[in-house]
Order: sequence, then structure tokens, then C-alpha cells
Amino acid sequence: MTDTPLLALSGLTKAYPGVVANDGVSLRIAPGEVHALLGENGAGKSTLVKMIYGLVKPDSGKMEMNGSAYTPQEPRDARAAGVGMVFQHFSLFDALSVAENIALGMEHAPKLRRLSHQIREVSEAYGLPLSPDRIVGDLSAGERQRVEIIRCLLQDPKLLIMDEPTSVLTPQEVEILFKTLRKLSAEGTAILYISHKLEEIRNLCDSATILRLGRVVGHCTPAHTTAREMAEMMVGSTLKTPTRAGKTPGKVVLDIQRLSAKSPSAFGMPLREITVQVRAGEVLGIGGVAGNGQDELLAALSGEAPCAAGMIVFDGQDVGPLGPTARRRLGILTAPEERLGHAAVPDMTLVENAMLTGAAREKLERRGMLDWQAAKRFAENIVAKFDVRTPGAANVARSLSGGNLQKFVIGREVLQRPRVLVVNQPTWGVDASAAAAIRQALLDLAENGAAVIVVSQDLDELMEISDLFAALNEGRLSVPRPAQGLTVEEIGLMMGGAHGMEVAHV
Amino acid sequence: MVRLEKRPQPSRAFSWAAPVLAVVATMIFGGLLFAALGKDPVASIETIFWEPLFGDFAFYYRPQLLIKGAPLVLIAIGLSLGFKAGIWNIGAEGQYIMGAIFGAAAGLAFYPEQSVFIFPLMVVAGAFGGWLWAMIPAVLRVKFGTNEILVSLMLVYVAEQFLASVSLGLLKNPEGFGFPGSRNLQQYASAHNGELIAGSGMHWGVVAALIAVIFAYVLLTRHRLGFAIRVTGQAPKAARFSGVNPTRLVLFCMGVSGLLAGLAGLFEVAGPAGQITIDFNVGYGFTAIIVAFLGRLHPVGILLAGGLLALTYIGGDIAQSQLGLPAAAIQVFQGMLLFFLLAFDLFTQFRLRFGQAEVI
Repeated sequence: MTDTPLLALSGLTKAYPGVVANDGVSLRIAPGEVHALLGENGAGKSTLVKMIYGLVKPDSGKMEMNGSAYTPQEPRDARAAGVGMVFQHFSLFDALSVAENIALGMEHAPKLRRLSHQIREVSEAYGLPLSPDRIVGDLSAGERQRVEIIRCLLQDPKLLIMDEPTSVLTPQEVEILFKTLRKLSAEGTAILYISHKLEEIRNLCDSATILRLGRVVGHCTPAHTTAREMAEMMVGSTLKTPTRAGKTPGKVVLDIQRLSAKSPSAFGMPLREITVQVRAGEVLGIGGVAGNGQDELLAALSGEAPCAAGMIVFDGQDVGPLGPTARRRLGILTAPEERLGHAAVPDMTLVENAMLTGAAREKLERRGMLDWQAAKRFAENIVAKFDVRTPGAANVARSLSGGNLQKFVIGREVLQRPRVLVVNQPTWGVDASAAAAIRQALLDLAENGAAVIVVSQDLDELMEISDLFAALNEGRLSVPRPAQGLTVEEIGLMMGGAHGMEVAHV
Repeated sequence: MVRLEKRPQPSRAFSWAAPVLAVVATMIFGGLLFAALGKDPVASIETIFWEPLFGDFAFYYRPQLLIKGAPLVLIAIGLSLGFKAGIWNIGAEGQYIMGAIFGAAAGLAFYPEQSVFIFPLMVVAGAFGGWLWAMIPAVLRVKFGTNEILVSLMLVYVAEQFLASVSLGLLKNPEGFGFPGSRNLQQYASAHNGELIAGSGMHWGVVAALIAVIFAYVLLTRHRLGFAIRVTGQAPKAARFSGVNPTRLVLFCMGVSGLLAGLAGLFEVAGPAGQITIDFNVGYGFTAIIVAFLGRLHPVGILLAGGLLALTYIGGDIAQSQLGLPAAAIQVFQGMLLFFLLAFDLFTQFRLRFGQAEVI
């Protein structure tokens, strides 16, 4: 490359106490280039873009924009230099309108009427139809993302940073987003695209930089590299694909009949007549965009939110009104999504956290008195069998990394020999090798005759391990279909299609 | 720049060192305060901490230590269970009053009969009175979602009015020459909670406090209910997930704390105080909140904290009378103790780092 790149980073280093987040990272992005930043959780992607966006100052190294030094002290400087960023988590006020939200984020916001006009212009130009007067609380996740994108586009950015933009979108919504990004790129706006979804990157990006443990470990042209090769560069080792033997499912273990539940809070989602059966040895994958009833379904299945009689039948026995302990005794175990604070108590030791759900089935208590020796053995067993990296079971849950804690949480339930196991986002934020181990454990469990329900937003994961696939949309569950042979379009439609979003007219 | 950084693990050493450091810091800054008031700091501190235990009149003060400490510990133990679970019973003072009234009334109903069953009956009645008074905020919370802090606190004032009413009416001593207040239970052998060993200050309330400490310790470390209390306080969602029934936990914690406060009231009215009067309560129920936190909600810690606070009360009284320290200075001194404890407590979870500040 002889042209002056739009952005050139060289030798960027940033250390936090105990960890070097970025170690001599260099990167060049040309105008109009769609550049992917790939890496596992903790590889240093976030730190790198935070430095570009002026949120974090590098310890050493330098950044150049169009050939001259670029040292943003704060995000305002970055925006002035033409860098826009769309965060993974939106920062929008539900009670305000689209235009008001956008005005709040601007240095010198014009009058609302003029701003609304600008919003309409930009949104139409880029195929992102969006009415400036709508209240953000009523928008779908995809539409909220549009608000964030338009907020950036109004500043006419030369570089747009997008952090995991598709994690909240259905496949149809992703297609609309990609059209917009391609148009932006054609007009000369460079895009730095952070993701770990490899097929997307192959589809969209011109080039890719791969980070591992804070260092750049490779560059590639995604279109000419297989997803597997990229994944192995990310992980630094060859990946094991989960294996499963062919099997015939047994009798129905869990029979969910017209399960309905009121929304637990103003921003929750009611469950609407969910009907599904899971057989012994079967893995049911439940997909869907976050916030469509996943947490509520899990609470109904775990017994945290007991439901009416007859809605959940386990092995011929009505368990609807039973609480978590009674269901555990029968063999219905669950692992919620939120590891710290829900599945585990952050400031308690692994031994105490083993007691949390293991008391009844592992006989860790007798007439109310707790047997800590037995709990310690159980915790150590989990740590050993599930390769949980920790100095010992006496360490508190908070001190474990996300992946290790997840292995502990899943292991704790798997080792209790469940007859039904329900897990929500089993590999969220977990590195690839740990994720593979967790998926294998779930498959092994099904192999041994348990019914497994996996709720996840990672479609690749669901396709890899599920026998049946169904999607949650607005609290309703689609009719389950055999996972094998489902196309991306079919899955997308089960998830609710484009959620009423207009398709881009580019 | 100095900044605080969260420790990866809470420091065990610091959780033990913090109370000691707090006492030392209180002595230093309290000494400075007394010096600023023109008193000899060393003599003041010595009067407060040394005199009651080992001074010339220790034979008088030591029993006082038990008499003042026992109700504080008994009430604080009950409160600590709820506090650990995030259930805030602030109205122990009211439950203490109701325990005293119920207990005294049960005893006085049999006056002047003598029987060994009267005192045990009073104990049961006192416990019931405190429990009943605590059940009001508990039931209102689980049924209607009211705030137990406000309800239990307001019920203290209701209890005080009730106390005034029975002192002047229902329980008034018929032979009391028209003065408000009940018969003196110290002169009613079957109802008197006297010293178990003469001159020691040891009465049944002290025994009950020690039993409560052991009971709470076993409950919290060995029993499912204690585990449920700890989990609920630290992560309510995890508690629900593990199968804790929040309604039952609120009723249990409020009930136990009311029951123990009621017991403390009964032992006080039947023993050291002797009678129901308008100004029977002296704030044990509120001070016990400080004791519970000073003892970091740990049963053994509460035992020590109850002793320490009783010591500063008695020592403070001596310092007032002997050295002429103002009462307000003693209160500031006690406030310092709590302040320093909370300040040093921070370092159990955090540590100091010297270096450049970080923007994250």
C-alpha cells in the first residue's frame, strides 16, 4: 500500500493491572475499506477501538490520521476528526423520541424541526427508513441500532466503528444493515467492523486483522479464507468440532402445554401459549433476538416463576406450580444466562456456590443442616471434571474469568445427572475452546438420555448441537422443526423476519 | 494519585484487622478531640476504656457492663439476621417495649401468687409481644409491598404511646400513690429476673444473649436457613434461583428479630428496670443497630461490639462525672468508632493503589 491510509496505528500498547490488553498493535485502514477486527473475548478488540475513539489513552505507540498525528483526548476529539462509533449496547433514552435522542448526543444541536428533516434525509439516503418522531421505547432492537447509526452518519464520519452490530439482529435485519454498510463504503467511508461471526465477515469485509491475547496474530482477506481457518487463527489451535452419535429419541420427558405468563416487569415480555415437547436424548435449540421472552421462559422452567397447573408436565407429573427446589429434586435443572448474581453469588466461594443448587440432589444437607465437606468434594469434582481454571474451590466466584465460571455453572448442573437441563446462552462470552467443551458436555448429556433445552442467540451454536429448532418472538414460540436442513432464511422468518422494518431501498 | 482498586478476593486479614484499627484510630482522634476541649487525652481515654474494667470501682462497673451489654447483643443478633438478608427492621425499640409490656402484664396478672411457672410464662409472653409487633411490618411488606423500614420505625412511636398509656392506666400500680408506673417486679419474687450469681450482673438476659450468639452462629454457618439469608443479602436473584422463598424469609427474619427484642425488653423490665414506666425504654433498640454493624453482622463480632459499646457508655458516664467531659463529646466519640469501622471496612474489598489515574 503506497497510498496514505486513512488511519494508521503503529505499536499501540495498553496495559491494565495484571494484563496487557494491547501489545504493539499495528493496523492500517484505507478510505472506503471495510476492515474486520477479529478475536475472542479478551483478545483486546474493545481496548483497541476505545483508544481510537479517545476513551482510553495508549501507554505507547502512535496513531496517524491521513498522515498526521492523531491523539484524541476524549470522544469529542475523535468525533471532530471524523470517527464515529456504534456501541454494542445502545445508549438511548426509552422515553424520548428519535430526534430528541439524537439531539442529546450532539455538540451544537440544531432546532428539532431542522434536525428531524436532516434525519429523514440521511435515513433515506442510506436505506435506513426511520421516523424521527417515534418514541425509542417502541422501537425494535434493529431500529434502535438505526438510531445509533444515523446519529453517527449525521456527523459525516470518515471512519465508522461498529462493535458487534449483528448480535441483536435477525438474519433479514443483518442483510439490510449490510446493504447500508456497503453503500457507505462505496462512498469512501471506512468501516472498522468488530465481530466474531466469521461468515458475516467473509460476506462483508475487505480485509481482516486478527487479535489474540492483545497481539496481532495475522491478517487475511476474508473472502479467500475459510471460517475455520480464521477461527483457528483466533484461538491459536485446532478446534474440535463437537461429535455426536446417531440416536433415536426416547419418550417425551418434558411436555409444555400453552405456557403463558404475565410480564414480570414493565420492560419484560409476557409468555404467550408456548407449546413444545422434548424427548429423552433430544436437544431442543431455542433461538431468537434477545428480549423476546428468553429470561421469562427460563424463569418459568426453573420454577423461579411458577406457572399454573398443567402448563408444564414432567414425566407425566404436573410440575407447573412447583418451585425451584422441588423441580430440582425431580431432575429439572437450569442454568440462567447471567452468571454473576443469578447463576452464582459473586462474593461466595465455589464451595458455597456448589451448595447453591446442589444441596437437594447431591445430598449436601440433612434435615436442614449443611454438609460443607460434601459440598467441597462436589465443588472440587466440578473443577476437575470441567477443567475450571482456579487456584481452588475456596476462591470466590467473582475471581474467575467468564469462561471458567460458565464451565463451573454448567458443570454444576450436568454433574447432578439432570433428566431435563435448560441452559440460557451457555457459551456467551466464553472463549472458543471452553465453548466447544461446554457444547460437548451438553451433547454427551443428551446422549445419556437427558432432554436438553438450549436457549441461545448464537445461531451457529444452535445449528451445531440441536435436533429440533424453534424461535422465540414476542413471547411466542414457533413450531419446532428438525434443525437439520433448515436454511438461514427459514430461521430468520421463524425469528420474526425483519420485525416490520422496511427493507432498504438502495 | 491515590486510588482505590477492587481486590480480586475480599481480604480475610483485613476483615479481622479493621475493628482493631478502628478502635485505635478512635482512641487517637478521640484523644485529639478531648485535648481540644482542654482535657488530658490520655487520662480521658484511660477513664473510658480502663476505669470500668480495672479501676478502683470496677466491682461496681463490671456488672453494669453485662447489664447494658446483654440487651444490646440480644437485639443486635436478631437484627443482624435480617440485615444480612436485606430486610431492615429499624423498629426493635418498639418490639423491645412491647415485649416488656406483654411480659410484665403476664406476670402482674398473677400478683401476688407465687409459682415457679410465672417467670417462664412471662418469658414466653415477652417474646410473643416482640414477635407480634414485628409481624405487623413483615406482613404488610409481604402482602402489600410496604417498606418495612418506615413501618417498623413508625411503630416505635406507637409502642411508646402504648407504653405511656399502660403506665398511666392498665398496668398502673394500685398502691403507687397515683404515680405513673407498674408495680415493681423486683419486689415480686416469682416474676423477678434477679442476678444468678450475686454481684456479677449476670441475669437470665445475659444467658439468653449468649445462647442467641451461639444459635445465630450455628444458623449462619451450618443451616440452610442461614445460607438462604446470606445468599439473599448478596444476590437476591441467585437466592430465588436456588429455591429460597422470599416471603418466608422476610417473616422468619422479622419474626426472630422481634422475638429477641421482646425478650430483651422482658428481661430488662423484670430485672434491672423493675417496672413499666413512661420512660422505660432508653434506646437499646436503636443502639443495637450500631452494635450489629460494628460487629459486622457476625455473631461473635456482635458479642464483642456489644461489650465495647457498653464499655464506652459506662466509661463515658465516668468521664462525664469525673473529668467533666460534655455528654456530646462522648457521643461524638462513639460516632467516631462507627465511622472509622466503616472506613476501614472499605479496605476489606478494596486496596489503595498509588499511580496514574485510569480512564476506563
